[in-house]
Amino acid sequence: MKTRSAVAAFFGAALALGCGSEQVTAPVPSVEAASGDEIRIVGSSTVYPFSTKVAQEFKNKTGYDVVVESTGSGGGHKLFCEGIGTEHPDITNSSRRQKKSEFDKCGESGVTDIIEVKIGFDGIVLANALDATPVDLTLKQVYMAFAKEVPVSDTDCTLQLNPYNSWSEIDASLPDSTIEAYGPPPTSGTRDAFVEVAMEGGAKKVECLATLRGENKKAFQRIAHTLREDGKWIDSGENDNAIVQTLVNTPTAVGIFGFSFLDQNADKIKGASIDGNEPTFENIAAGDYSISRSLFFYIKKAHVSVKEGLKAYALEFTSDEAWGPGGYLEEIGLVPLPDAERAKYRSDVENLNAYQQ
Amino acid sequence: MANQPSQSIHQSDRALKRLKKRKAKEIRFKFFGIVAIILAMTALAWLLVSVIGTGYKAFYQHSITMTVVLEETTLDPTNARDPDALRQANYRRIIQEALYTRFPDVSDRKGKRDLFRVVSASGATNHVRQMVYKNPDLVGQTLTIVVPTSDDVDQLLKGNILRDVPEQRRKVSDQQIGWVDELVANGEIKARFNVIFFTGTDSRDPELAGIASALAGSAMALLVAFALAFPIGVGAAVYLDEFAPKNKFTDFIEININNLAAVPSIVFGLLGLAVFLNFMGLPRSAPLVGGMVLALMTFPTIIIATRSALRAVSPSIRDGALSVGASHIQAVFHHKLPLAAPGILTGSIIGMAQALGETAPLLMIGMVAFVTEIPTSVTDPAAALPVQIFLWSDSPERAWAERTSAAILVLLTVLITMNGIAIFLRSRLEKRW
Repeated sequence: MKTRSAVAAFFGAALALGCGSEQVTAPVPSVEAASGDEIRIVGSSTVYPFSTKVAQEFKNKTGYDVVVESTGSGGGHKLFCEGIGTEHPDITNSSRRQKKSEFDKCGESGVTDIIEVKIGFDGIVLANALDATPVDLTLKQVYMAFAKEVPVSDTDCTLQLNPYNSWSEIDASLPDSTIEAYGPPPTSGTRDAFVEVAMEGGAKKVECLATLRGENKKAFQRIAHTLREDGKWIDSGENDNAIVQTLVNTPTAVGIFGFSFLDQNADKIKGASIDGNEPTFENIAAGDYSISRSLFFYIKKAHVSVKEGLKAYALEFTSDEAWGPGGYLEEIGLVPLPDAERAKYRSDVENLNAYQQ
Repeated sequence: MANQPSQSIHQSDRALKRLKKRKAKEIRFKFFGIVAIILAMTALAWLLVSVIGTGYKAFYQHSITMTVVLEETTLDPTNARDPDALRQANYRRIIQEALYTRFPDVSDRKGKRDLFRVVSASGATNHVRQMVYKNPDLVGQTLTIVVPTSDDVDQLLKGNILRDVPEQRRKVSDQQIGWVDELVANGEIKARFNVIFFTGTDSRDPELAGIASALAGSAMALLVAFALAFPIGVGAAVYLDEFAPKNKFTDFIEININNLAAVPSIVFGLLGLAVFLNFMGLPRSAPLVGGMVLALMTFPTIIIATRSALRAVSPSIRDGALSVGASHIQAVFHHKLPLAAPGILTGSIIGMAQALGETAPLLMIGMVAFVTEIPTSVTDPAAALPVQIFLWSDSPERAWAERTSAAILVLLTVLITMNGIAIFLRSRLEKRW
């Protein structure tokens, strides 16, 4: 049956092409919704697990089909902003806020009314093997360990290539092991967040860099954002499971990845404390653990009136059963927003309030 | 004779030395050959052992037998029996109540939460949900259901979560282990064949994830790819070999076809994005477009295989046909092509097998996706098998590891079957003179 309808559809499509028609219509509409009526979601691979979970529950409850593509935050915004119409996605997931440039790009293609929904937090952890020495780092030490160039001293901002080979050279209280970090590659949203939150946050703690930040933000960011290239920082693939495996085999190394991988592998690895706060669910939710980022999704308002299920999907996502404390998204590692923020974004969805950059 | 001492030049000291050297060369070559084969076999064995070693566990799964009371007050307080409203009712409550009744002495909040985590929350609620949706008359009755346990409990019972790890580092608490052991002892939790894995669509919960939609997506894409690439590839090869004039221009085409076969597959994905999606307006994530992209990728392989198969047919066949008055086209299609068929089919099937394993071009046209429905036509959104493996391997929960391996096993089985068919066709159709 399946193959027959597939073959039929194929020849139908081929025929339509042969006749010079540009649009292919699906000959077999599904029971609940015609093809092309499904909700199309693109974007961040970090939000992907949460988005797919909601999609699955939503499908169970309503029968609407949802297609979630993992394209990365940047790729998602690009597809999202290409225009209005069924061939363009309805929602894009993002592990960072939409950039001004992306917002403007959207506006140019007629995607003017966008509803922004912040869904929760995700921590980024520095972890090492369970039997390795526990590490308690400050953000400044993180910066000192991984930046390509560091100032000669706190007050003298003459840059030198990062001279530190082992942790104890940065601070005598740290273990005497070589610095070796496995982290996400530049294409990853986790990398962006790590650089923006941890590296920038650490650089700010260096007195003269803080002054520089006030005078020349661009120069400051260049210094803070460039990771060392002498082999101490190793770009691993996008696959965080692979980093966990590496850490188990190399007890002296640290790895950088999303909190959910630490949560799932607590019997193999442990997270480093940052400024005295351990990377736990509670600390991230309370904002005590400093390396965390907000996750978002963006809805095209123009599509809401065309696709029935779209608003319902957003309502499902922003229901307490999903994103609330104890909800099914918390079960798979999303750190919920505070109550007031949840109420705000919920009402934005209910009233379809477009956001302004 | 050989034993007789002789002064011939073949047995001079120098000649014997040379002979020894030549023989040593042969032995060395044989040795390297054996080493190469052993290395290749070890790599293959390693792959198989590691994939089968983790993957076989995904073929069975623990499920729990529960008695649930479909309370009318929870599900349908208005007594309307409206299926759409019933579909959205609070089934979590129903499952929680069933568990609290089973273990009445659990009273604290944390205990209740942990107890609920013994079953697959999504699996159990949805099981009851769909039953009630299809048959609203069930409300008010008591049912016995068999639903998957949560992935953590399954992993505990499979030994992937170790009991001797300190409690705070373990995904399953001591209390949960107690409940699970009691349920196992009572026969309420049992290991069963994992049907969901073969019939289910992708899911965010490992215990509910299946490969059916990805398999269907791959099959459709391959069908489209074969339907396009085979006729075009064979046709082009026959024309180039038999009818095209031999000049600089055809040489140029030939070089380009060979180059095309070596182009990285992601390039075809970009081409597909630009031409099929942006220019022709075909739908994203559809096996139709996936198949078209894979067709582009395989058809140089098919041309090359067809041309070498045609050249392997003895020219006397064609000359014979021509000499008894057959036209050129009759000679080619009636005599030459059937003889080349085994080679052409083998080449095409191997090309298809290659296409089956591709992810990179599918990324560009949106087939790296989570799809909630098994596709029924080539324009429905779908994922593909290698894409499914890629997506699962990057998920945090431990239960994904075995599912990833199991999906790899399925992919390997399909590949071996395809290559087996190629070998079978070759031995079956091949004629010898």
